Amino acid sequence: MGRTLIEKIMSSHGGGNCHPGDVVWIDIDNRTARDFAGASVVGNLEKYGGDFPIADRSKTFFTFDCNVPANTIPYANNQQRIRNYARKNDLKVYDVDAGIGSHVVIEEKYAKPGTTTVGTDSHLNIMGSVGAFGQGMGDVDIAYAFKTGKVWFEIPESIKVTLEGMPAEGTEAKDVALAMLRRFSNHELLGRSVEIYGPWVENASLEDCVTLSSLATEMGAIIALIPPNEKVLDFFGIRRHEAVYADSDTDYLEEYSLDIKGLEPLIAAPPSPTNVYPVSEKTDVKVDGVFVGSCTNGTYQDLKYAAELLRGRKVAPGVMLKVVPATRATWAKLLEEGLLKDMFDAGAIVSNAGCGGCASGQIGMTGEGEVQISTSNRNFKGKQGRGNTYLAGIGTAVASAVFGRIASIRELKEVR
Amino acid sequence: MSGEFILKGRLWVLIENGKLLSDIDTDMIYHNAHLAVTDIDEMGQFAFGNLEGYKDFADKAQPGDLVLAGDNFGSGSSRQHAVDCFKALGVQAVMARSFGAIYKRNAINSGFPIIELPDLHDDLFSQFDMAELNLEAGILSVGENVYHGNPMSEVAREIYLAGGLFQYAERM
Repeated sequence: MGRTLIEKIMSSHGGGNCHPGDVVWIDIDNRTARDFAGASVVGNLEKYGGDFPIADRSKTFFTFDCNVPANTIPYANNQQRIRNYARKNDLKVYDVDAGIGSHVVIEEKYAKPGTTTVGTDSHLNIMGSVGAFGQGMGDVDIAYAFKTGKVWFEIPESIKVTLEGMPAEGTEAKDVALAMLRRFSNHELLGRSVEIYGPWVENASLEDCVTLSSLATEMGAIIALIPPNEKVLDFFGIRRHEAVYADSDTDYLEEYSLDIKGLEPLIAAPPSPTNVYPVSEKTDVKVDGVFVGSCTNGTYQDLKYAAELLRGRKVAPGVMLKVVPATRATWAKLLEEGLLKDMFDAGAIVSNAGCGGCASGQIGMTGEGEVQISTSNRNFKGKQGRGNTYLAGIGTAVASAVFGRIASIRELKEVR
Repeated sequence: MSGEFILKGRLWVLIENGKLLSDIDTDMIYHNAHLAVTDIDEMGQFAFGNLEGYKDFADKAQPGDLVLAGDNFGSGSSRQHAVDCFKALGVQAVMARSFGAIYKRNAINSGFPIIELPDLHDDLFSQFDMAELNLEAGILSVGENVYHGNPMSEVAREIYLAGGLFQYAERM
């Protein structure tokens, strides 16, 4: 009997001949903590770490992305506490300028296909985008990983999802992810490792894979693993045999196919990412603000697309368009390519790299009654302030900023 | 309290319009506005501070209370605060039809008991019933009314007995 992708990754990391339901201790290749919860990781290590709190310095680092630079004193205190600890223990800090930790880990090629990464970010399962394991964990788990290089892990059941057909032109990775949320809600994949197949993922860019995998958390899945395609292998400069794939004769708990042929852009209305509608059904909703960024849609590909759509256009009067690049490297490319100017001229506010609109207020929160279109991954009540947040892809977000109401990419292209 | 397998306490039934509340995410349990707090004792006051209908939970909760919810309790972020805030208040355990994956880990690693009660009916228990929870057997009972859920897993049991992940590791 063949083995699933998660079983193969875990087997190669100390899990032995593991099966779903087994609790195994696995070796972690990359052990990270953010500014959020990082100070508690430090606290745990100071309390329980003993004389040798760090198993392997080369595999252990901090990434600041939540509140960067700190705009509250408690966050500033936490970051400084982490810096002091890192200096003392000779650990690398990707500081407040670096951007989203989960993206830095991929960009710097720490998280290669088949590797394991943990950190205090619930979207660390974004590593599924490169066929690698990643999981967000709490500060106790992460401190333990810092000290020992290991965590316990219960091997989940695996579900195979095949996306059939290709979406309509103008439909993005985000829309594919929303189609999955619409189909599976947050219960059907709960606690499962999901493997995603089909022609769309075989041709998707690394950035598209990141967007899709980043919403595994909202689906309730442990991870959404995408077998590395040629584009992903090229990014890492490796060949197929150096990555990990599921065996062809694998028996999955369930196998589903989801038809995305001709899929049109979708939008998730508050208060849940699973509350999904065609964009065309929501075009009467007036918009106060738009946020473009996050670990779901903040890559260079995403922001380049946003800038190209904004070139020569203007954000509607009274509408805020907030843009937060995922990483400093993304920022640099936007700068070099002149794309920041396109966004600036259109009326966008562009902040430094980071978790922006999702975390505590780097680029503002929403007020009571405020309607925000966000390219991020969560629109739960109270998540991004008091307002009502809709989740959508880049095209929908930019079109909505330009029209001042929810609008589709098709409408935007018609008015040029 | 720690290390006991039979917990007795007052039951908080998280319910709205006769349905157990599902998808209570970590922002409802412990809002991100208070994430910079690192002292566990200070976290109790924010428990359910963003959960409609239960915002006064921290004021009304008593040490020894038990909490009961529907599906997917603790979905969302990885914050340990969402477990620690209950420990700070002396809440003994949380029961739900299912839990978010990260929440489950965080609770287990803190030695905080959580019990899954799949297919639990909405109307079995009433607010502030005095209940008994058997962690090893996964049984919740209020008087004659008995519900069989999932027993604690072995790893959860061992970490719970040790009092936390680090304490457990020291024994290995």
